Amino acid sequence: MKLSGAEIIIKSLQAEGVEAIFGYPGGQVLPIYDALYGSSLTHYLVRHEQGAAHAADGYARATGKPGVCLATSGPGATNLVTGIATAYMDSVPLVALTGQVPCDMLGKDSFQEADITGITLPITKHNFLVKDVNDLARTIKEAFHIATTGRPGPVLIDIPKDICVKQTTFKYPDKVNLKGYKPTMKGNKGQISNAVKLIGAAKRPVIYAGGGVVVSNASEELFRLAELTVSPVTTTLMGIGAFPETHPLSVGMLGMHGTKSANFAVSECDLLIAVGARFDDRVTGKLDEFASEARIIHIDVDPAEIGKNVRVDVPIVGDVKMVLTELNGKLEQQQSSEWQERVARWKDKYPLCYKENGVLKPQCIIEEIYNITKGEATIVTEVGQNQMWAAQYYKYTKPRTFISSGGLGTMGYGLPAAIGAKVGRPDSVVIDIAGDGSIQMNIQEMATAVHYNIPVIIAILNNSYLGMVRQWQEIFYERRYSYTDITGPDFVKLAEAYGALGMRVTEHKDVRPALQKAIEANRPVIIDFVIEREENVFPMVPPGGAIHKMLGG
Amino acid sequence: MRHILAVLVENNPGVLTRVAGLFSRRGYNIDSLTVGRTESARISRMTIVVSGDDQVLEQVTKQLHKLVDVIKINDITSDQYVDRELVLIKVGADPAVRAEIMQIVDIFRARIVDIGRKTLMIECTGDEGKINAVIQSLMPFGIKELVRTGKVAMQRGHKFTSINEIREDD
Ligand SMILES: Cc1ncc(C[n+]2csc(CCOP(=O)(O)OP(=O)(O)O)c2C)c(N)n1
Ligand SMILES: [Mg+2]
Repeated sequence: MKLSGAEIIIKSLQAEGVEAIFGYPGGQVLPIYDALYGSSLTHYLVRHEQGAAHAADGYARATGKPGVCLATSGPGATNLVTGIATAYMDSVPLVALTGQVPCDMLGKDSFQEADITGITLPITKHNFLVKDVNDLARTIKEAFHIATTGRPGPVLIDIPKDICVKQTTFKYPDKVNLKGYKPTMKGNKGQISNAVKLIGAAKRPVIYAGGGVVVSNASEELFRLAELTVSPVTTTLMGIGAFPETHPLSVGMLGMHGTKSANFAVSECDLLIAVGARFDDRVTGKLDEFASEARIIHIDVDPAEIGKNVRVDVPIVGDVKMVLTELNGKLEQQQSSEWQERVARWKDKYPLCYKENGVLKPQCIIEEIYNITKGEATIVTEVGQNQMWAAQYYKYTKPRTFISSGGLGTMGYGLPAAIGAKVGRPDSVVIDIAGDGSIQMNIQEMATAVHYNIPVIIAILNNSYLGMVRQWQEIFYERRYSYTDITGPDFVKLAEAYGALGMRVTEHKDVRPALQKAIEANRPVIIDFVIEREENVFPMVPPGGAIHKMLGG
Repeated sequence: MRHILAVLVENNPGVLTRVAGLFSRRGYNIDSLTVGRTESARISRMTIVVSGDDQVLEQVTKQLHKLVDVIKINDITSDQYVDRELVLIKVGADPAVRAEIMQIVDIFRARIVDIGRKTLMIECTGDEGKINAVIQSLMPFGIKELVRTGKVAMQRGHKFTSINEIREDD
């Protein structure tokens, strides 16, 4: 029996185990929407295609499964771009399907034609333009394979309308055959032995864990490595949750807004074990002074990350989980010594802190969120100060419970990503910790949350500022607050207008009851927390500075 | 230092854009890039001449490898290899100087492939040095038009850049 291209798309998605699609219709995807109608796939109609991409991304980060989004040609496709770039920077498995003008209209500036494969070339792991219906099923198979294996990332498939209409026999391939794509999964034995030697000889080891640990589901292996080597563990923003922050060896996040203990430990260690991390400039600060006394072991699935920013003594290319399993098997139990005590003393001496002065403080809201959810919630963030406070003041103990746009730093990510996360993990309390600026960038997705009754909680840390930019203006531009004083709507009324629950909190004593009510409401909620306007995120490493030289805190 | 990379790629539409885009995006300098099909219609071969130190080259190679369409990369710079370029030169050639030009053509074992009323078209192949020398020698006659292909290169003897791995040991 022959199927149309559109039917093949649906059947292929089903074969991939896809359950949820986030999308928005239009002329060139009419055949796909027609095939969706009445199919077993659940489609969520977002209110802006950017929301679709972020929702698919949030779904993927929360579940580990690939997220799928769908948009029409031209403006629909270009609206996905920020979401695709966000997923690319954070290595999120995403498959984006876009409609395209029919093959014979390509290249003619046809109505709603945009060269989306050209546009997304530098922000996708790979992309395809399908010009033959017989290639469609194979292409989808390859797209999911590429998106989810090795270092994951977004893959876009551009599908001209006539391809959706043409018919062919459907057979979903069970194998892919890509000559140029064979990620290295198993670590090199020789290098693993070298790592064992370095670890045996180290006196002051530190583990620096990134998002790769989460991606590879290697938290348990990381835990074992930490215990075997008795290494203090610091994570990047993307690595949050990879190692329990309640563990005595945890020193929290490192880098620009990292803890003092983490930054000191990295600066003074004699062995840095980098696991699924990429030495980003927000982490390293001044490169010459980053871990300058240390030998470095770097474990990553992407060979291009090794040696990109720092010289490495022992490179191990491979899947983090497989490499750590192998490595742990060869390690002997190390003993705690003066070093671990020193790090513990830093932890005691320099905890994250803020001053209470009667005005509602953002840090205390995050602490209350932690207390009331007992650390069991899925925290999604926007970008700015809110994101950093969310990273600093909540103790994450499980992977995939902190979801944030790290590499691209996309304002407007949080709400749609929270929707995606809640769709993927309906049993988890999902809280978007938002800024009053960021939330206005994709606020339209409130309608999506209400329409499908996806009970996400949006906690706006409302300082009526583009706070993080204002902080930089305060510190580096003599308090010249150029266009960072931002107004917003009445968020309580706005919530109500969307059909959600709205609350405003201005005092510490009301924080907990409001959160309690929001969790029990079991429907979309906005809480407008009116906070100290000029609160800053500390500690802070000035850009390009050495990470042990921190301001504040 | 200049490196010569022999790169096998899937002959998919857009593969050249992917490779060229990667170089410009990451700020690598391409001296020349040539591309054409191999004996298999599905596979093309690029010869890329790129300058940079070892660290840059390592990144170039690794980033190229990440492109799904790139099948194989060989940095053949330190091997024994043959490299060739082809140039077509249209040079001003009044009857008075034709004999002199033809002498130069002979010396370089180039060929005259077209004769106009006041011009000669000359074809020459060789390594980069020879091509540069031929151009220098013809310069005084007035070069009206010039096109060169960029370098193609192949390792000598029993080393291969080929998808058929078996051939490497025969
Ligand atoms: C799409 C986008 N535009 C601009 C920026 C630059 N930027 C980073 S943080 C920030 C301020 C965010 O303000 P708000 O959401 O209120 O968060 P706050 O820092 O006040 O907590 C801006 C403008 C960005 N990251 N993303
Ligand atoms: Mg703000």
